[in-house]
Amino acid sequence: MNMLKTALLGTAIAAVAGTTAMAGGHGCAIDSGRISIIGNEFPAIQSVAALALECAAGAETASNLTADHQTLNVAGMTGNPAEYTSAIVANSSIVALINEDVIQPLDALVAEYGADIPPQQLITVDGKIMAVAFMANAQHLVYRKDVLEQAGLDVPTSYEEVLAAAEKIRADGIMENPVGGAYAAGWNLAQEFTNMYIGTGGQFFEPGTANVTINNAQGVQALEMMKALTEYMNPDYLTHDSNATSAEWEAGNVALMNMWGSRTGVLMDAEGSAPEVYENTVVGGPLTVGDSGTPATTLWWDGWTVAKNISDEDAATTFQALAHATSPALLNDETMSQAVWLMDGFEAQPVNEGVLASVAAGSTPYPMVPFQGLLHSALGDNIADFLQGAESAEQTLADIEAAYTAAATEQGFLQ
Amino acid sequence: MKHKSFFWFVLPSVILMLLFIALPIVSVVTQSLHTQHEQVIITVENCGPFGCTQAQSVDQEATQALRDAEPLGRFAGLEVYKDRNHLAVSDVASAWQNSNSYREFWNTLMNLPFYLALAFTLTYTAIVTPMTIILGFVVAIAINSVARSMRGPTIFFSLLPMIVTPLVGALILFWMVDARGILGTALQWLADDPSLSVKASTPLMWIMLMVYGTWSSIPFAFIVYYAGLQTVNQDTLEAAMIDGASRWERIRYVIIPHLAPLTTFIALIQLMDNFRVFEPIISFQAQAHARSLSIAIFTDLGGETRLLSSAAATSVLTIVFVAILLSPVLVRTWRDFGTKN
Repeated sequence: MNMLKTALLGTAIAAVAGTTAMAGGHGCAIDSGRISIIGNEFPAIQSVAALALECAAGAETASNLTADHQTLNVAGMTGNPAEYTSAIVANSSIVALINEDVIQPLDALVAEYGADIPPQQLITVDGKIMAVAFMANAQHLVYRKDVLEQAGLDVPTSYEEVLAAAEKIRADGIMENPVGGAYAAGWNLAQEFTNMYIGTGGQFFEPGTANVTINNAQGVQALEMMKALTEYMNPDYLTHDSNATSAEWEAGNVALMNMWGSRTGVLMDAEGSAPEVYENTVVGGPLTVGDSGTPATTLWWDGWTVAKNISDEDAATTFQALAHATSPALLNDETMSQAVWLMDGFEAQPVNEGVLASVAAGSTPYPMVPFQGLLHSALGDNIADFLQGAESAEQTLADIEAAYTAAATEQGFLQ
Repeated sequence: MKHKSFFWFVLPSVILMLLFIALPIVSVVTQSLHTQHEQVIITVENCGPFGCTQAQSVDQEATQALRDAEPLGRFAGLEVYKDRNHLAVSDVASAWQNSNSYREFWNTLMNLPFYLALAFTLTYTAIVTPMTIILGFVVAIAINSVARSMRGPTIFFSLLPMIVTPLVGALILFWMVDARGILGTALQWLADDPSLSVKASTPLMWIMLMVYGTWSSIPFAFIVYYAGLQTVNQDTLEAAMIDGASRWERIRYVIIPHLAPLTTFIALIQLMDNFRVFEPIISFQAQAHARSLSIAIFTDLGGETRLLSSAAATSVLTIVFVAILLSPVLVRTWRDFGTKN
């Protein structure tokens, strides 16, 4: 009888806790103001936006989640009042919003409504809170356990070991092109160079200035390692973005690749590939190049901002709804594995190990400087010339510097 | 027509032209002559989930003061046109002086993004335009001689490349020429080279873009010529037959002269269209192999930092080049118009 009582009490507590949680869920119910979110489109962001809009159900709500968010967010936040009250951005894309001065410092809003937000989620620029981060991302090794076992290889930890492993896999006749990578000309290719160049210990700019300094030994080393890797890739690698690379993986054509943590969940689920592929897909840590000791990867956060040109009421609505949507209330069985969440209560899943290993290995965050985007565009336009053997590494690096310098001069970063 | 009624007749279209064509061009030209203000850069401390770093940032208050003083930006004159990402005046001049051969000069020129894009755009225009006209004419002649009952379905099939959405049509071809696609594998078998890949080879990519460009615009030339063929004077044709003219001679001396004004029209439209080649490069993901002027504008506007002045300058240069390309055709039309009066 006593036992039953205890059990009942337990149920009662669970029920009360449940109601409290429910109340927490509806406690944010906002019925005035306006929230309109623009952001990238992948499962983690969709979950955040859905919860924010649900929380502000009584207010005027809208969301536009699209891969083209970067071309829309500045234009959509420049007007007064701004079309979008919040942009979900990453450490690269927040820079354009700060440069154009379309997002507001959040210090007052955090003081009033955001006492619960842990400090590691707050992104500060010059002491002012400009965004609230909710997830971390990074690129890291993904490998096929069965293929490495078949070839008698250990899990590579450096790009040099990846090359040796690829040679062995090809020599054993297991796979013709065992290496994968998002090397599509443009943004993806520039990102791979950025990783590799950071891994060699190179500096992008002269400290404190916008003068580019990539035409050096580290730049050549990074380009040559990329070219060596492409020898083991599908010959069409310059057309393979992250999606196409993932498709190659799911088709079972690739055994080793550097891939985004946020995309590994898709590779390890039972959809889209044969059991021998998804059951043997394992995430590793970040790769190194040379002996600099810095992993050849960049750390990324995704976070939300609040537009500058909106009324205080709309700003409060937007802030409260998004603060709720990126609080522990977001976490459940479905959302837990969608990302490496930064809020309290997150429990790491096997797919998240790569990103966590990248953070633990002391990787460098993607540089948050106003002219990095211009260099990224110049990299994406020029590296293919070298990979195709049309010119020397030094010539390619000189071209990149010249293209960047012209663009940075036009934008007023250089005189 | 009286001058007054003519004026009222064209007024709506003149207003629309001014509003949607002339004004944007004025705005683009203005934009291309200005650049962003000097950015006031300060070093700040950025903190986030991965710790704190020292980084540069734009001093908003100082920059805002500059922006308020000159809302259009700094007047730069032709600086943007002359920089390395456009006409690269100083690079071209030094290459001209320092090159030992035309070949070396050409290689330096092709290393400059604008001239490389111009080279592809001009090659594309120079090949696709005549191919479209010739093949469109051949298709029109062929279909005109098909039995009357079969013409409807044949015309429908011939128009398919134009009916299929350009992006979809290009994507279908993109997957067919993949190394594992049906055309890609066939090419490997024909060339007896298992590592041959259209997507990895610049010359093959150029050829594929031009084949696609021709394929997708043949229906336009065909339908114009086919309509023209219905107006060929049958008496003249019969007279030519009685005089013993062969089929080829009838085409050469009766049909082609009759269709000449249509050829001018098709050439005009196709030159303009082909000079702005854009969609095939996107859908074939060919940016690594072929860049056109439109692609250059697109990448300027699509980056994390939008290069408005750069895109505007490339747009103005595109307009100038289209005008140069069209001038022979326009002069010819003007002369024809003059002789008729």
